[in-house]
Amino acid sequence: MTDKSVFTSDTERTGMKGESRQARFEACTLPHMQAAYNLARWLVRNDQNAEDIVQEAYLRAFRFFDGFHGEDARVWLLAIVRNSTYTWLQENRKHKENTTFDEEFDSLGEEGSATLLNQADNNPEAILTRSGDRQLLNHALEQLPVEFREVMVLRELEDLSYKEIANIAGIPIGTVMSRLARGRKLLLDSLSGRNMEARDGL
Amino acid sequence: MDCKKSRELLPAHVDQELGLLDAIELDKHLKACPACNSEFVRQNALRVTLKKNATYFQAPSHLESRVKAALPAENEHLAKAVKRSWKWAGPGSWFNFGATFASVVAIMFSISLYLTIPSPNDLLAEEVVSSHVRSLMVDHIADVASSDQHTVKPWFNGKLDFSPPVNDLATQGFPLEGGRLDYLDHRPVAALVYRHRLHLINVYIWPAANEQQIAAQTLSIHGYHLVHWTEGKMVYWVISDVDPRDLMTLTDILQAQAIRTPS
Repeated sequence: MTDKSVFTSDTERTGMKGESRQARFEACTLPHMQAAYNLARWLVRNDQNAEDIVQEAYLRAFRFFDGFHGEDARVWLLAIVRNSTYTWLQENRKHKENTTFDEEFDSLGEEGSATLLNQADNNPEAILTRSGDRQLLNHALEQLPVEFREVMVLRELEDLSYKEIANIAGIPIGTVMSRLARGRKLLLDSLSGRNMEARDGL
Repeated sequence: MDCKKSRELLPAHVDQELGLLDAIELDKHLKACPACNSEFVRQNALRVTLKKNATYFQAPSHLESRVKAALPAENEHLAKAVKRSWKWAGPGSWFNFGATFASVVAIMFSISLYLTIPSPNDLLAEEVVSSHVRSLMVDHIADVASSDQHTVKPWFNGKLDFSPPVNDLATQGFPLEGGRLDYLDHRPVAALVYRHRLHLINVYIWPAANEQQIAAQTLSIHGYHLVHWTEGKMVYWVISDVDPRDLMTLTDILQAQAIRTPS
């Protein structure tokens, strides 16, 4: 009984209200579990690991729930999922990702203009009809380096704004834009390359 | 608008994130330039096909209950970590034995004391804030300024009676700036300085008085964000004006390292 009174004062002290804290947390975060899982799954490319990461991220989020002040819960949670995933990826180097964090300095200009101009005459319909093949498209997206994959997934599958993506990935908005541009270019290249192969195969 | 500028703005236009003026200018250009327009069509088509055809992975149905089931344990873990840090509460067995009126009175008295005077932690937090501000003020952030962990770590030899874990975290976005000696909680401590973009982060490390682990707790004072925890017999206080989320990331990284390389 006395133990309990100590416990209560502790919980008050840290701003926790025991079960009600948990209830508030669940109400805030459980609606976004789909988004959390989809992001983790795309980043680690494996069902079981994605599950583990989501659970880990939720526990971490729960730990830091006092620091959440009613901003966008989805953005807040996805940022934690994203960080948990990166921590996991770093600890599991065998799934080595080709990550470069400083492509903020990558100028978009040289990537953007010359090559895209040359490819503009690639028949987009042909490429994209082909990529209507779900598996082909998934595979191409899975093969993108993780920093491009993450912005593509957040943008196209979660329909988040540049600002929200910037918050989640902890990068400037300009970088969100350049990564999306680069990611799309890589994806289009890979899809058109695949189509070439497919056509050659026929 | 020329093609170079147009190609720079295209991705944002596809995402409808351009400002109104840029969008109008670009539309004008696209009407006049078939090459840019076809690229615009191509990127738009990619967006559409991704939305329509890329898999949106569905979380397995058991995941929600799995997470829900794990939360109470986490709750308890947190509460315990806090409880153990209350030294006056003494060993739990003592409570089990003497759940007496006296102990209740003692607890009530302690709580009222706690409510009226700042806890040691609050005082320490103020100390950490002052130290952080001072380090920025006098332009003397590091005694040993180096991004090389093999320079910084040995520098502490002979200056401290413990060896703090020092790692350059540049690849994770927190390059090491250096280290210095500081004085907190009535003892000399190691202060490691990391940078995140333009923000400087002080990480204070010193040996814990005992073996208890304390889970990370966050607080904010005067616009600075602080995270502190105790792990592997070391006390950590991290402070900066950086986005709390970034501070959390650094916390995760440091904790992960502590687990990997127990001191």
